[in-house]
Amino acid sequence: MDKILALTHLIASPTLETIYMVLFSTLFATLLGFPLGVALVVTEKGGLLENETIYRTLDSIVNICRSFPFIILMIVLFPLSRIIVGTTIGTTASIVPLSIGAAPFVGRVVESSLKEVEKGLVEAAVSMGTHPKDIILKVMIPEALPSLILGETLTIINIIGYSAMAGAIGGGGLGDLAIRYGFHRFQTDVLVAAVIVIILLVQVIQGAGNKIAQHVARHR
Amino acid sequence: MINIQNLHKTYSSERGDFEALRNITLTIQKGEIFGIIGLSGAGKSTLLRTLNRLEEPSSGNIFIEDTDITCLSTPELRKLRRHVGMIFQHFNLLTSRTVSQNVAFPLEIEKWSSDAISKRVTEMLDIVDLSDKAESYPSQLSGGQKQRVGIARALANNPSVLLCDEATSALDPKTTQSILSLLDEINRKLGITIVLVTHEMGVIRQICHRVAVLEQGEVVELGTVKDVFMKPQSKTAREFLSHLPRTTYDHEKLPHEAGKPVLTFSFNGETANHPVISQAIKQSGVEINILSGEIDHLHSSRIGNLTVQLSGTPSEINNALSFIQSKSVEVDVVWNG
Repeated sequence: MDKILALTHLIASPTLETIYMVLFSTLFATLLGFPLGVALVVTEKGGLLENETIYRTLDSIVNICRSFPFIILMIVLFPLSRIIVGTTIGTTASIVPLSIGAAPFVGRVVESSLKEVEKGLVEAAVSMGTHPKDIILKVMIPEALPSLILGETLTIINIIGYSAMAGAIGGGGLGDLAIRYGFHRFQTDVLVAAVIVIILLVQVIQGAGNKIAQHVARHR
Repeated sequence: MINIQNLHKTYSSERGDFEALRNITLTIQKGEIFGIIGLSGAGKSTLLRTLNRLEEPSSGNIFIEDTDITCLSTPELRKLRRHVGMIFQHFNLLTSRTVSQNVAFPLEIEKWSSDAISKRVTEMLDIVDLSDKAESYPSQLSGGQKQRVGIARALANNPSVLLCDEATSALDPKTTQSILSLLDEINRKLGITIVLVTHEMGVIRQICHRVAVLEQGEVVELGTVKDVFMKPQSKTAREFLSHLPRTTYDHEKLPHEAGKPVLTFSFNGETANHPVISQAIKQSGVEINILSGEIDHLHSSRIGNLTVQLSGTPSEINNALSFIQSKSVEVDVVWNG
């Protein structure tokens, strides 16, 4: 009993750290990645504002960023973390590489969701003299909403995974706990507990994402 | 109203150029229902879509009222499109919006006030007879109802032209009828010019005033629907007409006069070539007034139908009928009183 209490005590604050990292990283990754995804869709061949140069440039940037193993990207981005947060260690510092690492992923997810919107709907809006801005905001995004919500769920879960890796190089959170206690000190129980909490987080987020997406899809 | 001059559209690809439209020149009058018919790939949808530049013409000019739309800038083009309504084969309604929100869409983007929008939406839904579905989502509607929403949306900000791209092709015959009657009614009540593209001659017959027949990107026939139906010149028009189902008689419109029965004579094969009617007149002294008739060529034989009104004494009429029946012509009584 005492052991469980001690474990709970040990795991509580890293759990909050993980939630904090994931929450803000998701927020910033979405702020960066969402416009990127929209830009990819509208500039692609046959898109609303077709522009081969912009599309190719963005496409290459996304591919290059996604090719980086996350742990390397973190190291590469240490100087940026120092500029923005003032340090390279701790949960706040790891939000920078997490956000930048996940942004291209968000871009691709948003791109594929928006691509699913029927061409005919966009065409109908064009035929009504709709400004491209309104087509994006009033047609493409609302029509793709259930798929976008599922994509965002996928992003959050991905960032949970990345955040555990961030822990390995001083990022804090559940990953850090699992490595320090479970790996370096051979406390398997802590390792198991950390993994269980991560599994629970993923389950809850995926469940909630599915529910919200279903709810939105049902009302149409 | 719409004046198309020397319009060309060429698609270029690695395998060479494809001429979708060749030298099209035609004028569509204000307030008319103009049909464009052709087989798949004849370029009829392409032609329609150049009228609001969903498809960019390669060369030529298109005037709508006095504006040459081929030289409009992007913002000017958007402005024009707000006054050229369009409906589609697959309706293209926004699934995330209710019926009334769909109809409100073109008004929202024109920045109408919300009061004006809700007033106009109510009005439009009333015209298309869908007031009770205002809060439904498109997924809850039948095809015909969806097209009605499409029509309401296209007409919401008072366009002067309505473009219909195969608007009834995804609908069953009965629903097609009701959509066509609605378009006809809108044309008569609001005076909107309607340009419609179809591959069904029945659609042209039911509501169009004039028709252009397209063959491989060229207008091969242009005229009033009556002329094209009576004397089709092009191969495509003749083919379309040969597949057309029989006209059904509109009983209301036939004369109902006491002692003058209305009958249908059906000729087939042999008898279609004999002067049965004039012989009947000579033999019995009855008068025969032809109300409507048609002869169809099927494969190698010909069949004909003639709706007539007979007048004369009862015995004259009986003599005439027995003579006609003796020539193996089928007689059906349409009206007798």
